[in-house]
Amino acid sequence: MSEMIALENVEKVYRTDRIETVALSDINLSVAPGEFVSIMGPSGCGKSTLLNVIGLLDAPTKGRVRLNGTPVESHSDATLAKTRNREVGFIFQTFHLIPDLAVVDNVEIPLLYRRMAGAERRRLALAALEKVGLWGRVHHFPSQLSGGQQQRVAIARAIVGSPRILLADEPTGNLDSQMGDDIMHILHGLKQESGTTIVMVTHDPRLAEQTQRIVRLFDGRQVH
Amino acid sequence: MLRSYLTLAWRVLSRRKFFTAISLFGICLTLVVLMVASAVLDHIFAPMVPEVRQDRTLGVFRARMTGDRRMWTSMPGYLLLDRYARNLPGVERMAIFSMPQSVYSYPGGQRVRSFLKRTDAEFWRVLDFRFVEGGPFTDQDVANGSMVAVINATTRDRFFAGEPAVGRTIEADGQRFRVVGVVPDVPILRLVSTGDIYAPLTTFKTAAYKNELMGGFGGLLLARSRDDFPAIKAEMETRLRHVPLPNGWKELVAPAESFFEMVAGNLVGGRDDERSHPERLWAVMASAAFLFALLPAVNLVNLNMSRIMERASEIGVRKAFGARARSLVGQFIVENLVLTMIGGALGFVLSWACLIGLNASGLIPYARFTMNFRIFAYGLGLAVFFGLLSGVYPAWRMSRLHPVAALKGAAR
Repeated sequence: MSEMIALENVEKVYRTDRIETVALSDINLSVAPGEFVSIMGPSGCGKSTLLNVIGLLDAPTKGRVRLNGTPVESHSDATLAKTRNREVGFIFQTFHLIPDLAVVDNVEIPLLYRRMAGAERRRLALAALEKVGLWGRVHHFPSQLSGGQQQRVAIARAIVGSPRILLADEPTGNLDSQMGDDIMHILHGLKQESGTTIVMVTHDPRLAEQTQRIVRLFDGRQVH
Repeated sequence: MLRSYLTLAWRVLSRRKFFTAISLFGICLTLVVLMVASAVLDHIFAPMVPEVRQDRTLGVFRARMTGDRRMWTSMPGYLLLDRYARNLPGVERMAIFSMPQSVYSYPGGQRVRSFLKRTDAEFWRVLDFRFVEGGPFTDQDVANGSMVAVINATTRDRFFAGEPAVGRTIEADGQRFRVVGVVPDVPILRLVSTGDIYAPLTTFKTAAYKNELMGGFGGLLLARSRDDFPAIKAEMETRLRHVPLPNGWKELVAPAESFFEMVAGNLVGGRDDERSHPERLWAVMASAAFLFALLPAVNLVNLNMSRIMERASEIGVRKAFGARARSLVGQFIVENLVLTMIGGALGFVLSWACLIGLNASGLIPYARFTMNFRIFAYGLGLAVFFGLLSGVYPAWRMSRLHPVAALKGAAR
């Protein structure tokens, strides 16, 4: 298997009654298993849209998307949901933790949508939290944590189901540089230990330089 | 997963206190009103001592005489019942009783108001009073016009301070009666059987009542079985067509009917087919209950819809991590069901307290409102109904949110 993620001639157009906005145009991208790729570009160039298309949160208007060799165009919503659950983990800039749930319950979320006993869910969630160094905070609520700690919870949630692909949308965007470095350290560790394929959107050239490849976008197009 | 949904539901409800309080108030208030109303209706219509044979009892409770541009509606008169309602086919026993009359007595110098009902001896056989002392007066007592009476327990307390009353004498409306029996209090809402003092029909001060077609009396018809009802009703109708009416009157209607049919006829009846009245009353009551139940449900739908954006982030995250629409609908319905079940439980407690308060207040004399299992089941059913009604639509709308839009909505 040579490609974990493959996009061929992908186009994404948003249409309203009056205007048509081309968010992505003619994107061809191939990411190998275990590769750590960063996507860079100015605001509004389509970075997050590209990440959403890769993560099956949004469908392209044209073109093909393959994950692990499997085309996803014909997948039903239920199959897409299952694929996201098994294959993809998301890390968001604003963490998107559920404030009503304790840290460990937040981390368990992806496992809720698999057939799994509660005890096993809890074991895996605790293991994921240990991996990101938050063992001592499992029963805290998100509002009781710092930004860096919240992002670590979000990473634990993203990796708890052992996905092969990790999609990070500006994971350090809301953090200071020290915390940002900590998060990058964790992501590199995941790549090394588990061979996870990581695609990260970032504005920060310093962080992008730490990845194996940089994909640059401008006005929805790839630039080389 | 259910455990996780329940935990989340509990946390969401305890964190959003204002929303929870508003929702619980709506559910509670509606449940209390509906359950108290159903308890009152139960108290009026459901079988209970001494009206335990309702399934095969009809009555003649109302009469309507019409003429040219005039109408007279009242209870039937003794003459009508005595001459036209006796010996109907399929009727095992027939009793006549008077409308309770308010009378005054002065035991120990205190003015006491009582309801005096005059009946025949069959009254005690058609109904099933459980005597706490003595027994009923007899056919012989009625035939002889004996000045005897059965009293209820409250009257015994008032007149004899709870001491045994049989053989002692009470005075009411200027007449003296020897007490022959004591029965438990019958709630005043049981118009057929309620009374403080029961005396033979023949103790009226005059016999003029025997010649009246209209006014002041009711008849009870104990059928052999419910299957005899149609024949009894038809025969009563036929007989009344041949009643010689006073000058100027053209038609006399005094249907043989159940107590519920009588109430339906009075509340929602016109001069059309009497048989349609109960269905009409049921429809009115069911519609009222449904509309009343709908109000908090609509309120909950509104509140839930306004929470969609508030929880958009959560929906987006769950979808991103593989939640299917079905799972999200399930989650939000569980949340609403938890809320409505809590509201239901509080509603039960408050309803119970209301009924106890109503019993103790004396507002409805001799009322014994209780929370029975049937009413409990109504309440539980209503709570589940609220939960589903107010949860399904918002949950469906939430589940259809696009994950990207949901995540962006939360981030705004």
